[in-house]
Amino acid sequence: MNINATLIGQSITFAVFVWFCMRYIWPPIVNALETRRKQIADGLAAAERGRHEQELAAKRAAETLHEAKVKAAEIIGQAEKRAAQIIDEAKAAAKAEGDRLLAAAQAEIEQEAHRAREQLRAQVAALVVAGAEKVLRREVDAKAHAELLEAIAKEI
Amino acid sequence: MAGEAHTSADYIRHHLQNLAFGQRPDGTWGLAHSPEEAQAMGFWSLHLDTLGVSIVLGVLFLYLFRKAAVNATAGVPGPWQNFVEWVVEFIDTSVRGSFSGGRNLLIAPLALTIFIWIFLLNLMDLVPIDWIPGLMSALGLPYFKLVPTTDPNATFGMSIAVFLLVLYYSFKIKGVGGFAAELALHPFGKWGMPANLFLELINLIAKPVSLALRLFGNLYAGEMIFILIALLFSAGIGWGVMAGFLQLGWAIFHILIITLQAFIFMTLTIVYLDMAHQEHH
Repeated sequence: MNINATLIGQSITFAVFVWFCMRYIWPPIVNALETRRKQIADGLAAAERGRHEQELAAKRAAETLHEAKVKAAEIIGQAEKRAAQIIDEAKAAAKAEGDRLLAAAQAEIEQEAHRAREQLRAQVAALVVAGAEKVLRREVDAKAHAELLEAIAKEI
Repeated sequence: MAGEAHTSADYIRHHLQNLAFGQRPDGTWGLAHSPEEAQAMGFWSLHLDTLGVSIVLGVLFLYLFRKAAVNATAGVPGPWQNFVEWVVEFIDTSVRGSFSGGRNLLIAPLALTIFIWIFLLNLMDLVPIDWIPGLMSALGLPYFKLVPTTDPNATFGMSIAVFLLVLYYSFKIKGVGGFAAELALHPFGKWGMPANLFLELINLIAKPVSLALRLFGNLYAGEMIFILIALLFSAGIGWGVMAGFLQLGWAIFHILIITLQAFIFMTLTIVYLDMAHQEHH
């Protein structure tokens, strides 16, 4: 148990080992640890960001869906209104057409009646003249009484 | 057992003698074959066993950790990389907790080297104490002490290296004047300068001495108890069985000691270097 130059040898060995450790062992391991730490941190941050974005997207989707529903309801409402309008219009048109046809038929009837009356009047006049001619035979001057007969016929 | 032909005292002495290499009294260089011969070699001799074991273990540590460092990826780590990372993070946390001197790229690798190296050196204490010396005598080496940390040369070698770093950073951070002022002006102010100097110098010298002696003392005592337990094996069957249990118990307890001593050496190194970085006011 004596102190000798082993002391110096051990110190030098120690210094060399420390130098080697400091130069070749410590930095790569610590770098790897640091890199991994950073990667994990990045990964967690990315996951957080992803979750956030997903939330936003879900919210946006819900909004879009709601908007679409509102729009659809609006369109349906408009369509119903339009349908009612078209029905009303059609009804009005049909009524107008009906009225027109009715009026035309009435006018025709009127015209027919008028013509029949005219015909009848002419025939009655002729009949009256013929009758009077038969009754009066000679005395009756067709020319002198034609005026009178005409007047009578008009009264019919 | 190596002690069969000797007395107990010889057995113990044999186990406590390092393999010394130096100049023998007759002027030739070679191995010392007795403690007296080793003593006579003086300062300029080497403990080949201490240096050899610590270099082999140190290189083993560097090789294994270098392997992990080369293959280190930020992706999924393999089992070995995982273990190395666990150790590195443990050291890094310790350094961050104890060292406040700002960014110093030396401290953490220094702490890692100290911790693992001393742990491995201490771990040799758990190898049954007659195996390696027995093997080495078979190879023709007269002595072999397997645990370098039971050689004060090894522990003082490390603590002196740490002490030099403490001095280096004290001068670098505080300047010659600042460091001298720290030594001379505390704790009694400038009128108690001699007393201050005396106290502070003792304080300074105590750092490497206590660092080395704590580690040496713990491991030396542990080794000593292993040797004494080993002596029991030759004292009959009953003692032998008891010695077996004792050795097992002491070895298990020693796992705690060797780790703890490595950790203490590392932590105190960090603390001393931290103190060297701090300006006193």
